[in-house]
Amino acid sequence: MAATSKKLMTQEMLLQAGIDAIKKLNPVMMFRNPVMFIVEVGTFITLLLTIAPDLFGSSTVGRGYNLAVFLILLFTLLFANFAEAMAEGRGKAQAESLRSTKTEMTARLEQKDGTTKEVPSTQLRKGDIIIVQTGELIPADGEIIAGLASIDESAITGESAPVIKESGGDFSSVTGGTRVVSDAITIRVMTDPGESFLDRMISLVEGAQRQKTPNEMALTTLLAVLTLIFLIVIITLVPMASYLNVHLELSTLIALLVCLIPTTIGGLLSAIGIAGMDRVTQFNVLAMSGKAVEAAGDIDTLILDKTGTITYGNRMAAEFIPVQGITEADITWVALQASVKDETPEGRSIVELAGKKGSVWKEDQYASAEVIEFTAETRMSGLNLADGSEIRKGAVDAICTYVLAHGGSIPSDLGDISNRIAKAGGTPLAVASVGKIYGIIYLKDTVKPGLKERFAEMREMGIKTIMCTGDNPLTAATIAMEAGVDDFIAEAKPEDKIAAILKEQQEGKLVAMTGDGTNDAPALAQADVGMAMNSGTMAAKEAANMIDLDSDPTKLLSVVSIGKQLLITRGALTTFSIANDIAKYFAIIPAMFIIALPQLQSLNIMHLNSPASAILSALIFNAIVILLLIPIAMKGVKYRAMTADRMLTRNVLIYGLGGVIVPFIGIKLIDVVLSSLHLV
Amino acid sequence: MGWIQIAITLLIIMLFVKPMGSYMVKVFSLETTRLDKIFGGLERGIYSLIGIRENEVMGWKKYLGAMLLTNGFMFFIMFLVLVLQGHLPFNPDGIGGMPWAQSFNTAASFITNTNWQSYSGENALSYLSQMLAIIFPMFTSAATGFAVAIAFIRGLIGRQDNLGNFYVDMLRSITRIFIPLSVIVALFLVFQGVPQTLAGAVHAVTLDGKEQTITRGLVASFESIKHLGTNGGGWFGTNAAHPFENPTGLSNLVHILCMMLLPTSLVYAFGLMIKNRRQGWMLFGAMSAIFVVMLLTVTLAEYKGVPALQSLGIEQGNMEGKEVRLGIAESALFTTVTTAATTGSVNNMHESLTPLGGMVPLAEMMLNNVFGGKGVGLLNGLLYLILSIFISGLLVGRTPEFLGKKIEGKEIKLAAIALLVHPLIILVPTAIALAFPSTVASISNGGSHGLSEVLYAFTSGAANNGSAFAGLNANTDFYNISIGIVMLLGRYVSMICLLAIAGSLAMKRVAPVASGTLRTDTPLFSGILIMVILVIGALTFFPALALGPIAEHVSLMQGVSK
Repeated sequence: MAATSKKLMTQEMLLQAGIDAIKKLNPVMMFRNPVMFIVEVGTFITLLLTIAPDLFGSSTVGRGYNLAVFLILLFTLLFANFAEAMAEGRGKAQAESLRSTKTEMTARLEQKDGTTKEVPSTQLRKGDIIIVQTGELIPADGEIIAGLASIDESAITGESAPVIKESGGDFSSVTGGTRVVSDAITIRVMTDPGESFLDRMISLVEGAQRQKTPNEMALTTLLAVLTLIFLIVIITLVPMASYLNVHLELSTLIALLVCLIPTTIGGLLSAIGIAGMDRVTQFNVLAMSGKAVEAAGDIDTLILDKTGTITYGNRMAAEFIPVQGITEADITWVALQASVKDETPEGRSIVELAGKKGSVWKEDQYASAEVIEFTAETRMSGLNLADGSEIRKGAVDAICTYVLAHGGSIPSDLGDISNRIAKAGGTPLAVASVGKIYGIIYLKDTVKPGLKERFAEMREMGIKTIMCTGDNPLTAATIAMEAGVDDFIAEAKPEDKIAAILKEQQEGKLVAMTGDGTNDAPALAQADVGMAMNSGTMAAKEAANMIDLDSDPTKLLSVVSIGKQLLITRGALTTFSIANDIAKYFAIIPAMFIIALPQLQSLNIMHLNSPASAILSALIFNAIVILLLIPIAMKGVKYRAMTADRMLTRNVLIYGLGGVIVPFIGIKLIDVVLSSLHLV
Repeated sequence: MGWIQIAITLLIIMLFVKPMGSYMVKVFSLETTRLDKIFGGLERGIYSLIGIRENEVMGWKKYLGAMLLTNGFMFFIMFLVLVLQGHLPFNPDGIGGMPWAQSFNTAASFITNTNWQSYSGENALSYLSQMLAIIFPMFTSAATGFAVAIAFIRGLIGRQDNLGNFYVDMLRSITRIFIPLSVIVALFLVFQGVPQTLAGAVHAVTLDGKEQTITRGLVASFESIKHLGTNGGGWFGTNAAHPFENPTGLSNLVHILCMMLLPTSLVYAFGLMIKNRRQGWMLFGAMSAIFVVMLLTVTLAEYKGVPALQSLGIEQGNMEGKEVRLGIAESALFTTVTTAATTGSVNNMHESLTPLGGMVPLAEMMLNNVFGGKGVGLLNGLLYLILSIFISGLLVGRTPEFLGKKIEGKEIKLAAIALLVHPLIILVPTAIALAFPSTVASISNGGSHGLSEVLYAFTSGAANNGSAFAGLNANTDFYNISIGIVMLLGRYVSMICLLAIAGSLAMKRVAPVASGTLRTDTPLFSGILIMVILVIGALTFFPALALGPIAEHVSLMQGVSK
């Protein structure tokens, strides 16, 4: 999927979108969009007028004029349909590639008597037990009940490195369509055919299940009412004009109506929604509904797990602190010696830090050294060199006991240093060489780079971040400060998360959280936006309304931005669309009444060439603007984190003021082109 | 001199805003206040007399029901009184019953606080009719508007569907606001020479021997509530241009103050009630800005006059249709105020205003929220506020919220209906009236000016203003019935929608304010609100205005005779 999502605008897709745009002219489909449906009715009437100009009473305009109006309206419709088809096209392409993984599979179904029987995967039902072996595709979603296997999930996540899954715990769920790379597992099927994760994913990206989101519905209502108002304005204009002995051409009235009703946003509204969902999918996040994405934009509070989300989750060496009388270079060297054969993440981080501090390791000199592994009993690890000297690192009290046993003494400041580190939330490791304590390695949980800035952005956007951790309050406070989160919950149990969510919700806030374990499921369900990791359990994924296929919890932050961007894009185009009307009035009204009320020419402030060219220019502008705005609808308007007031000022200036000015220029330009080509 | 008069008047209006606004908050407080000691006894007497439980709490549906029931019943009584007035007492001049279509129109007009008069007061109504069908609803319709506005605000800040008690709100606005103020104002008007008597018309013989019938009556008491309640219906046909209604410059000032007093203070009271004064002032600022632009337009247009007069060497501006004792500035100010506050009384003939000047009252009524009348104006302002919040909310990427409550599909749907109804009931009947020769016959002028006459009549009805452009003979069955319906729809549809919004908002959780929250109490937002009001208003009515006053203005300027 990752591969296909890269080539977005192939020629083939453009062609397909073009064909779909024509197919979408079907009035039954258009009816769902009241704004564009009105345009379609108008198009149909102008088509009739092109064929028979006098159909609805005598007319003084020629066939050519009616034809021109008809063609422009037709293109207005096609442009809008094209936008929607393009947005859908991307999803369809992704669905296609997913569907290709969903080939007919056979499953080895375990019978009651313990034997197995090969059945097509479509016959599997919830609760069936199946066995999958090396090299086979997993035929259905399920939970491993026995065994351990490495599984290639690239069909779903796009990530080629296999992941380890085993029975019990939080890494027991497997997804249909993924492949077992090694070993064999026994799986209990969790879904019936047609309801699998893959099925849901296909229908989601395809947009088959797409329902209008609450905000989209509210906007559609508003646009429909505006359309209705303009319809009233235009219809009532006829008797008013005829009272003044002005005869208005039907095709001109239709042109004015189409110019006034919010076609720009009306035509692009569904494309914006589909493309917004699609952007989430591009991020490899699967949103179960557009509502969830919109809700993400409204989030007030983010509850994030410390381990894995904010920090890497393993302790890394941050500092070497020598005791009195020892230089930093000495302790660095001893620490390096003690850790060079230590393959744990902690050990590797010590080697890395020592390297940064300039200690160089010469492998060949230590070829004969004996490696002392860490055991729960000794709580130390280290190296016995060929010359008999022993180098150790380990828990502070264990090293103290060891040193005392070897006749050494305990430096007076050792206790202070280790207490300070513990208080700061770190883990102290003492290092000793040849019976002498050199100092302490400060291990700490490291905050992922860039997160502090992310959280600062969130704060500016008005979003509060809460860190959830099993650590003691002191450690939690340190990490919280370092990461720059607003609040933390220490020694958190799963029920504490729900309590925190409820408390925030009681205050009227919308809460988002991430989780992967089964015990996260209730909290995921309670949160307004719950994002489960794909690596997590089935229960967590069921409860969440978003699933991150890459299992990267920080993605929630990006989803928040996408949610906001979705609303902003709608708002921007709505504002632009309505602001456009001012210029269109100044183009069309003087043109309509030129003969009967020549004094209204003073409203023709754009000095458009002729009435026909004024009306057609406004109409052409109206159509072209839809086409030009398709990229914005698809990509979303630019979004940066800033306060609401600043963002409002910025967007009002660009899309409000811009929306007033741009059409004056655009219509004038089109008018100049039309008249210089002697088209009108 | 004129400009100084205007400036002083506006200053005095501003002086009253805060004290009156604070007083109103106390009047409608759900808690016990010191006012209860003064008015409580009387009010409790009335409650027990008509069987109202003072502490009964009403949800929006119940509140709405009580409002519609009360108004409906009053409407029915008023209609009967008008039709049957010939057989009823207090009729010294022996005036006969009013035709049913006109009675319908008049009853609709006064129950909706419009005070559109297709009759001429002094000749068509008995004193009983004046009291029961005119003055009585002047109090109750204003009180109804107040009650609904207060209920809406309670919904905005509420935590449950409790909008208060309609009967209590209505009664309190009469006992605590309208009656005390009316008494003071009426006494002042009597002092200025306005008649106040139950005796019939005076028959006088003039110096050159001709006989004159001079009608009079309960004019002072009528005038006081007419302007305090932003009603606008005149005792006399010529309304506040009549020397008995508006004898002096001082009485003119008091009339203007009375019209603006409650609509402006209510906006301030709104800020107090929602515990966000800035929000109140923000709305006040937006309304004031539009008001000032309108005022400047009409004043300048009238001072400038028309080219035809200028070519005759008349440089004093357009005095046609104005009272010499009041002058251009006071007339222009009155015109702006009476249509801003949807009062609808006139001290000059709006038809005789220059085209641009005449467009101002028209535009104010089309917007219908430049302060607006007793409650309804605030409600319309808040309606546009909700729409502005919706658009702005989208622009900052959050589901829009106002005072912490989310504006969602349901609210937008209701607001959109309320938004739709105004152009619908102005443009559709105007179009119908212009389409048939029988209805066109009522128009006295041809061309664009004639179009303005009809457009003005329906706009006035829809905005529940009641001022007349004059020139249109609206006393035909068609206009009586159509304007009657327009007035009823113009008032009750938006009230129903907004009470429904209030009920829906009252139930919502309140979201806390964060830096991502859209601030609605900033000058920036004021600006956006003004733009939304003007753009939506302009987009809706521009074609009609272009054919009416704009076309007329342009042709006047170009010397084209039409």
